[in-house]
Amino acid sequence: MTDSVDVLQMLKLVYTLYTLSVISLIGWFAFGVVNPKGKPRIVKASTFYTYVGVLITVGVAIHIVTFNKIPWVEIDFKRDSLKPAQVVNITIEKHKFKLPSPKIELKCNEYILFDVVSKDLTYGFGIFRQNNSMVTQMQVLPGSRNDLMWKFGKNGVYHLRSTEYSGPKGAKMYIKDVFEVKGCDEDDKYSQKRGNL
Amino acid sequence: MSFLHTLVNGNEGGLKADGLTPTQKVTLRAVIMGILYYGLSAFEGMMMRAHAITPLSMLDDSHYFSVMTVHPIVGIFGSTYLVVFGAFTFLVPYLMKKPLYSIKLANATWILIAFGALMSWLGGFIFHYAPLYTLYWPLPVDFSQYDAVGGLVFILGIALIMIGTLGFIYNIFATVFYTEEGHEKRPMKPLLISALGIDGMLNIWYKMTGREPYAKEPAVSLPVVAIFRGTIDTFLDALVILTCGVLILVYIIGDLSGATMDYTSVNALLYKNFFWWGLDLIADGLVLIYVAGSWYLLAMLITGKKLFMQNIARAALLLELIVSWFVWSHHLLADQGQNNMMKLVSGEMVTAFELVTQGIAIFITLVTLWSARPLKMSNELKFLLGGILGFMLAVPAGIIQADMGLNRILHNTQWVAGPHFHVAILVGLTMTLYSAVYILWPTLTNGVKLYSQKLASFHFWGQLVGGIGMGAFMGMAAMDGALRRTLYLDGEYQTYMILAGICGLLLLAAWVAFLFNLIMSVGLKGLLGIFNKSKLKTTALIPEA
Repeated sequence: MTDSVDVLQMLKLVYTLYTLSVISLIGWFAFGVVNPKGKPRIVKASTFYTYVGVLITVGVAIHIVTFNKIPWVEIDFKRDSLKPAQVVNITIEKHKFKLPSPKIELKCNEYILFDVVSKDLTYGFGIFRQNNSMVTQMQVLPGSRNDLMWKFGKNGVYHLRSTEYSGPKGAKMYIKDVFEVKGCDEDDKYSQKRGNL
Repeated sequence: MSFLHTLVNGNEGGLKADGLTPTQKVTLRAVIMGILYYGLSAFEGMMMRAHAITPLSMLDDSHYFSVMTVHPIVGIFGSTYLVVFGAFTFLVPYLMKKPLYSIKLANATWILIAFGALMSWLGGFIFHYAPLYTLYWPLPVDFSQYDAVGGLVFILGIALIMIGTLGFIYNIFATVFYTEEGHEKRPMKPLLISALGIDGMLNIWYKMTGREPYAKEPAVSLPVVAIFRGTIDTFLDALVILTCGVLILVYIIGDLSGATMDYTSVNALLYKNFFWWGLDLIADGLVLIYVAGSWYLLAMLITGKKLFMQNIARAALLLELIVSWFVWSHHLLADQGQNNMMKLVSGEMVTAFELVTQGIAIFITLVTLWSARPLKMSNELKFLLGGILGFMLAVPAGIIQADMGLNRILHNTQWVAGPHFHVAILVGLTMTLYSAVYILWPTLTNGVKLYSQKLASFHFWGQLVGGIGMGAFMGMAAMDGALRRTLYLDGEYQTYMILAGICGLLLLAAWVAFLFNLIMSVGLKGLLGIFNKSKLKTTALIPEA
């Protein structure tokens, strides 16, 4: 299954290439527009409409590609109709996570539902690897259902951190090594307690 | 000529403030205050950048987050609003070829905004009130963390800013519609149709159906159309922020008077939707529309030519206004209580239209410039190109995070703060504003000569490289999991933070160079003279020859 690390690495590559292309384009334009030998040129209307067509295509295509390639989008959409193999109930109050147990073991390749309740403020719920990269997250609002369904495909030990600001008292809402995924064929190389970190 | 003499009297005689009209003065007052607030915001930014590299002993958690709270207030309202409102206070009457509706109101506007920004800043600086600009309910009324008096000062400051904003809006709309003394009565209908850009759409429709154009010469010029439309969003945004401010004030007053109220009476998700609907009208509404209008104006002034595809540009501005009302859900893609269809339609699909509307503005501006080749690489042209580059980078970064799949791993990370909104503001918006400052400089100062072109060039490169660099390194940290609004005290992302800090320092140096160049050009006497009452009793925009 596609992992969030793979998606982020792909994004890093694509956006870096895009950035360099755009900087080059404006650089080329800047040289061209002041070139003493440059002549005024009128752009045809058809060129403009083609360009607009490309913009629309790109805008729509981004979402179509991610919808089909990023597995958690479909799970998120269907989470009400999918039956979770495991439900993890967590409460947050006064800037503290109340966990069902200090260490939580998660099943591999099963639907896990994180059901998080806030008793006071708006918080965040984020799962992070040992190298601090993010696995997933959601906002946790008081008075709303905050349920995140996820499927883990690799073995690893993960941290829990609030991903939303909840005042200076919430600045250190971070618990190490809360979740452990076991039973997968593959290890998450960025989230091993001992190993290739 | 000695350095001291130039500092006091300005370059080649500097600014003769006695020769400035009341309209020139009020414009310059707002712009100067905006530039000073930009410096304060940049300094606060550097404090946070330094703290991200190695924790500063002077910044405890509550101080750090109070700096983070006031940083955007000072940057957006204290700086950008003042520069933009100042410039438009001059440009709208200039383009409409009639005096400003009310100079008194324009003066009240900048004073209210400047004082309001100062009050909000004091709310953070003295009382450490720190609910951040997002004000997520019920954090602004969590008096177990904040002093209610601090909240009172902060929120009253915001209210003053919004009242000043309403003053600006009234002045702009009144300037468009009023009939000046001695002039034949201006009919309302063609002005309104043109100001909303409906004539552009009708022209396209009439052309498609083989008819003569609806309006050969539109009643309102294209940049004024952009300002008018952007100001509609400014109005709606001011109403929403004022409403939330009143709500918070009620709770603050309740706490101060001993009648503490139950904050669960307000639904946090509903509040978040309402607040983001209004707040997003700044980021995805008025900023994009004002910027597009500024690009069009700058392109026309730089080239002396008509804009490429004028009718499309007018129609696109109307589309942008409507789009801006339906995109707020992209801020709630990580909120599981938010309806999935709202996330999909408002958060993803309608938001993606901003790629189209902003893309159209970029294309039209670049083609207009290209059609007038060869041009001189003036300060205004290079800053305009920098501004366009900023939005070419920041808008797609925003579209990427406004995706249900990618938002799950980008929401609240440094990606949002770096490649998206800091690049949009520091490179896209600010460089566009500097372009406008450089092009309006001779008109507003009655021809004061710039002290140093080398400093102007350093200002350009510092702003461009510093802004893009800082955004890039923050974005790279985000790819490795760095959140915004989170303190990392164990050196987790130190390499990226050092590099981002160096870029931040470059931005601060660019501002210092610009301010120094400005003061040396006009002189301290001229600078202070701007704040004295104008000796010219005229409603004309510039002194009559």
